[in-house]
Amino acid sequence: MADQIILQVTRYRPEREPEPTTQEYEIPLHEEWAVLDGLNHVKDHLDGTLSYRWSCRMGICGSCGMTVNGDPRLTCATFLTDYRPGPIRIEPLRNFPVIRDLVVEIGDFMRKLPKVKPWLIRAEDAAATDGELLQTPADLDEYKQYSMCINCMLCYSACPIVGLEEGFLGPAAIALAQRYNLDSRDQGAHERMDVLSTADGVWGCTFVGECTTACPKDVDPAGAIQRYKLTAAAESLRSFLLPWRPA
Amino acid sequence: MNARYTEFHPRWHRPRMPVFWWAGRRSYLIFVIRELSSVFVAWSVVFLLLLVHAVSQGGTQYQQFLNLSSNPWMLALNVIALAFLVFHAITWFNLAPQAMVVHLRGRRVPRSAITGAHYAGWALLSALAAWLILG
Repeated sequence: MADQIILQVTRYRPEREPEPTTQEYEIPLHEEWAVLDGLNHVKDHLDGTLSYRWSCRMGICGSCGMTVNGDPRLTCATFLTDYRPGPIRIEPLRNFPVIRDLVVEIGDFMRKLPKVKPWLIRAEDAAATDGELLQTPADLDEYKQYSMCINCMLCYSACPIVGLEEGFLGPAAIALAQRYNLDSRDQGAHERMDVLSTADGVWGCTFVGECTTACPKDVDPAGAIQRYKLTAAAESLRSFLLPWRPA
Repeated sequence: MNARYTEFHPRWHRPRMPVFWWAGRRSYLIFVIRELSSVFVAWSVVFLLLLVHAVSQGGTQYQQFLNLSSNPWMLALNVIALAFLVFHAITWFNLAPQAMVVHLRGRRVPRSAITGAHYAGWALLSALAAWLILG
């Protein structure tokens, strides 16, 4: 018989309890099982009422983020055996309202993300017949790291500023803004600055650095934010010293 | 069914950040201590300005400042301030490479080189200050 491990799962059933509770499930401990496999075992064999999000099982979709033993993790990339002998505490992502059990409400992030205009902005739309916008591998390297973000929101869960300051844009949105600012084909850096260089933008960040620790894709949002602080500060200085210079 | 809940207006649970949110995690604690250390950085600046002011006012004022500085309470405060200053400097130097992306001859300068340059600068300036004061 396989070893067993206990999952302590946060349950929240708003139709019958005002506060979340914890429920324990004993599941088989297989070498190849991720925490998500354990939750699927619970759902399929022990308790069909448990609610949680998941999709791809391979660290691409960013749906299965949860708090595992206090840390924000993708449950598809977090293995049960690393927590042997257990128990493993599984809670919803922090800094988001909880709809049910492990399912959080992500509207806050979805409203903030488009504010930074995370798409290529061109001064003038060129006709398709004008040809492609070419890039060298060095141009690609400038922003590629930031383009790896899968919007899993682990960084929002890790960041205490997101929890304390409701308006703070948050790590992923700023990293994605940098993904476009540093793209040689983009011409929208000035438009984004109005949103980024504000108290709710980069200046809200106090460099705790936990977003980078939590990121499963090595995006380094904390680095992106600090880099942008340098850019924004240099730009303010330049506009102060050279006010006649065009923006 | 709970009266406060309807199928169409689900009652979301909104956990509040506890007041001591920073106490339960080492990285949060280090962050809060680093923020707190700024108070001691500010105190050090004030202390230095008081010294400069005393020197500019002549011998008597300077002697008064020295007497104040040798007060055990002032000594204790400055020893604590020094500890926080060192902590402040080390934690910031270690974070510096994350904020500074420097390219030299088309290649990104490694993180260790940026941290090393900060420590080297610190050592150089400290040596210069020691030479000025003790030399």
